[in-house]
Amino acid sequence: MSERRERPSAGVDATRVFAPLALLFVAFVAVPLVALGWRAVESGELAANLTSDLVLDAMRLSAVTSTIALALAILFGTPLAYLLARRDFPGKAVVDLIVDLPIVLPPTVAGVALLVAFGRRGVLGGRLDDLGLDVAFTTAAVVLAQLFVSAPYYIRTVKAGFEGVSPAYEGVAATLGASPLRIFRRVILPLSWPSVLAGAILCWARALSELGATLVFAGNFPGRTQTMPLAIIGVFDAGRPLDVAIALGVILVLAAAVLLVLLRLAARSATRPSF
Amino acid sequence: MRFLLFLVLAGVAALLASCGGKDESAAPGAELSGRVTVFAAASLTDAFQEISAAFRAAHPRVEVVFNFGGSPTLRTQLEQGARADVFASADRQQMDIALRSGVVREPVAVFANNSLVVIAPKDNPGRISSLGDLRRGGLKLVLANPEVPAGAYARRALALMDADPAFGAGFSVAVLANVVSLESNVKQVVAKVELGEADAAIVYRTDVTPSLASKLVQIEISSRYNVVAEYPIAPTADAANLRLAQAFIDFVLSPAGQAALARYGFLPA
Repeated sequence: MSERRERPSAGVDATRVFAPLALLFVAFVAVPLVALGWRAVESGELAANLTSDLVLDAMRLSAVTSTIALALAILFGTPLAYLLARRDFPGKAVVDLIVDLPIVLPPTVAGVALLVAFGRRGVLGGRLDDLGLDVAFTTAAVVLAQLFVSAPYYIRTVKAGFEGVSPAYEGVAATLGASPLRIFRRVILPLSWPSVLAGAILCWARALSELGATLVFAGNFPGRTQTMPLAIIGVFDAGRPLDVAIALGVILVLAAAVLLVLLRLAARSATRPSF
Repeated sequence: MRFLLFLVLAGVAALLASCGGKDESAAPGAELSGRVTVFAAASLTDAFQEISAAFRAAHPRVEVVFNFGGSPTLRTQLEQGARADVFASADRQQMDIALRSGVVREPVAVFANNSLVVIAPKDNPGRISSLGDLRRGGLKLVLANPEVPAGAYARRALALMDADPAFGAGFSVAVLANVVSLESNVKQVVAKVELGEADAAIVYRTDVTPSLASKLVQIEISSRYNVVAEYPIAPTADAANLRLAQAFIDFVLSPAGQAALARYGFLPA
């Protein structure tokens, strides 16, 4: 009986019940981020910390390695995404699984896997060593670690974008005599451009935040393998004042925020008809 | 309502009883119980695990929880409010900083000493047979961070070699130029060599544990250059059970604890 009486007001009550829970959660995420910014400004040495050699080296290395990782993801990932979206081939389900696996793997597992493959005693490492290619502890190892964990984000997103383009357009272009490569360049790519952009941003953001695989596979050396996340861990390991870690944290939060805004813009342009 | 009152009274009674129990257990000789959390330098991992097993065998109602890591990492965690009862550092410096920042309390006791050794993978890809080989260009050496005790001791040993003309001019600069990774604790340094990724490293003698001995080559560092590492231990300032914390420390200093440390190659304090 009482249940029936309460029912009409249930719609109003939902907001009243949900809003505090939602607000608490927003605060849970926002408070640490604001605290980080507050501590950085409060220390009064943000500028000095940002221009220290440790921070500048880490920023430079992070920018270079994550950009190269992104370029490689685009170079190798775009054809793969196209094949996964448009072609049927034996073992496609397995390939799909392999490509997605690094997303759900703990990054430290990725690091160990890279080590036993490309390390000096690794399955391929020995042969690379004979060729004079020794990746362990080099900047190349950082790029490989970042590519391994971040490329799946690009491939997944771009694949979904390609799948969203109606095959009818390709059919029309083909009847007009366009070659498959030309169709890809002039029809599919422009139509799925927002997905390519979104995938690139996600991939770059993941590469920028990569820590676990890099620590295991590339080691930790300022200027060579110490990216921003590793520099933050390094501050803790060395027992130095937290100011430097906070300064690096602030930059990464700002970079992540900019990337997210770009992502939103890319998504918005996707909903707008682009032809 | 009456039931609620009963519950509250029962709770208060239980609380009082437990307080009384605590007072009673503070008497010497009473049985120890509860949990002791020990923050210990990574180099103590194996020896402390054996000590903990013996300690628990003597006090069945005690639980020992470890957090092993680089001494500066542990000290930072304590300063940031991590809950622990005992801090065992691999050098004086980190213990002194912890004392100054008020996260540990006296008495600080030195419970072991350690020394350094050069290690290389069994197949010795860098063909290192003497200390002088460490300066050869193209080698991949791994050290611990300079702030980590093992890293600081290694650099001190290199500085002592540097002062000896036998090693040639610019020895330590040449050796440090070969360093490809700075690890956050000594066990990670050992892991890089064990995996064969690094050609050599300077670590504690005790890091070459029985299970690793067959995978590593050791090159002795003469006592002229070797550095004696002192391990201090102390209760934390906010130890939840100070008596238990002190009991663990006393056990480490006891003949049984010292024997366990000796089995893992530590030298007596």
